[in-house]
Amino acid sequence: MRSTRTFGFHLLAGGLSVLWLLPILLVLTTSVRSFSDIASNGLGALPASFTLDGFGQAWGEGGGGHAMLNSLLVTIPTVLLALLLSSAAAFALSRYEIPFRRTIILVMLAGNLLPPQILLVPVAKLAELLGIYDTLTALIVVQVGFGLGFYTFVLQGFMRSIPGEIQQAALIDGAGVAQIFWRIILPMTRPALAALGALAFTWTFNDLLWSITVLRTGTVMPVTPALLGLQGQYVSNWNVIAAGSVIAAVPTVAVFLRFQKHFISGLAIGAIK
Amino acid sequence: MAVLTAERPKTAARAPKRRRRISPVLLAFVLVPLVVEGFWVFWPALQGFYLALTNWDGVSAPTFVGLGNFAEMFSDDIFKTAALDTVLWLVLFGGLSAVGGLALATLLQRERRGVGFYRAALFTPVVFSLVATSLIWQVIYQPDGVFNKVLGAIGLGSWQHAWLADPKTALYAVLVPALWRQLGYVMVLYLAGLKGIDPALYEAAKLDGATAWQQFRNVTWPQLRSVNSVVLSVIIIDSLRSFDVVWSMTKGGPYHSSELLSTYMYATAFQSLRLGYASALAVVIFVLAFGVIVTYLVRAFREDS
Repeated sequence: MRSTRTFGFHLLAGGLSVLWLLPILLVLTTSVRSFSDIASNGLGALPASFTLDGFGQAWGEGGGGHAMLNSLLVTIPTVLLALLLSSAAAFALSRYEIPFRRTIILVMLAGNLLPPQILLVPVAKLAELLGIYDTLTALIVVQVGFGLGFYTFVLQGFMRSIPGEIQQAALIDGAGVAQIFWRIILPMTRPALAALGALAFTWTFNDLLWSITVLRTGTVMPVTPALLGLQGQYVSNWNVIAAGSVIAAVPTVAVFLRFQKHFISGLAIGAIK
Repeated sequence: MAVLTAERPKTAARAPKRRRRISPVLLAFVLVPLVVEGFWVFWPALQGFYLALTNWDGVSAPTFVGLGNFAEMFSDDIFKTAALDTVLWLVLFGGLSAVGGLALATLLQRERRGVGFYRAALFTPVVFSLVATSLIWQVIYQPDGVFNKVLGAIGLGSWQHAWLADPKTALYAVLVPALWRQLGYVMVLYLAGLKGIDPALYEAAKLDGATAWQQFRNVTWPQLRSVNSVVLSVIIIDSLRSFDVVWSMTKGGPYHSSELLSTYMYATAFQSLRLGYASALAVVIFVLAFGVIVTYLVRAFREDS
């Protein structure tokens, strides 16, 4: 009885896992097939070739390498800036009696929950007005601004749980506000920062909507919107398109594997808190 | 020890002093992020609401038309399709990912051999961008792709289809990849919630002779209440934001059959350059999302106090 149930569990869970991984396997095999193999045998056929040409084309001619550089130039500053600003706000709002602090936190969170659609047109015009439309700077500031509310909300929840004695001891030692923040509270917030950092990296890197709102030229596009361009450029060269998707997925998968524990707990933060 | 006790009254006396005057550093800590968010979120949002009451091509000055844009929606067939599809999407995407995510979490709740692998497998797509996800699935959906091949192989050749090119199937064909990616996310939220349930409750239920279903109904479900409201908010917000996957697979087509309000809004703004009407569409999306946000905030607020 027990072994049948265990078997049933593994059959069900294993079957689902295989079903979930099949599309990934399929895109991996498609990415290493040759164009002629796909053209003559069909996209759904078993692979009869192995070549890295698709990767070469997606990375080189297809602009994948350049787009990857753009992505990192946007994602890394966005994550650092957003976390720095939001942890400063979270520190002040969670550790000090700032008037209306609860209202401020909720208003900031509400900004993040706004549907981005309401912001698209004005944000594009604002970027034009400031002369930063179609630059990576615009994409960075927009994403920092939009993310701040959520990051602040999560970080202040975490910082509130740090015992007050530590801060008082530092205060007695004559530490200023900035020192308490930088030397004491921030290091203690590391687990939450790692979780949010991993999440923010993925969100920023995977963004499409903000990119195609404040950017127009193909050469400044990060990887995610560039994939759409790749699709237009290589219509039916499925090996190149598949290789492009694999390239686009590598950084976020790497971050996920490196910060796996933090990543999952980060996603769950909202659920438990 | 003596030093510590001597210090205590001093700090207590100092605390109210700190309250009276906020140091400029602290003020900057709050104001700088607030100004950044205000400038890039709240200020544009206000403009968005104003623009919804105008006609604007983005070049000449906007002309005020009052509620004209909203009146126009009533006679706009594409709007009707998009609104219906958005509601359908909300129900299907939201409902299926909530039910499926909870089912997966219940299945993979207990720590046992292999469970880590199964969870990881189901979670993997969550880290892909929706654009990459949609390209992966386009490979599958192509007329000569794997999906049709499998249908042919199992004797369902007559079902073979250009899934994304047929107005009847396009929306559902887009829904599948979206669910493929969302289910693992919802599963993780529920796993966290299930972990927080006191095992003693199950022990007590078992002692009372409760069946598996009764345990779920009377222990698990009530205990998941707070997670449920988070999942609900996440799902509704995500489904109203399901722009990426539709835009990269069908751009809302063919013949607007997979059009959502979000894709229609984007196309109206940046392709038709009808910025006023697009802003009005955004307001409709906002109103849909608003209910959820309010519930979310009320809940957050209640937990805060």
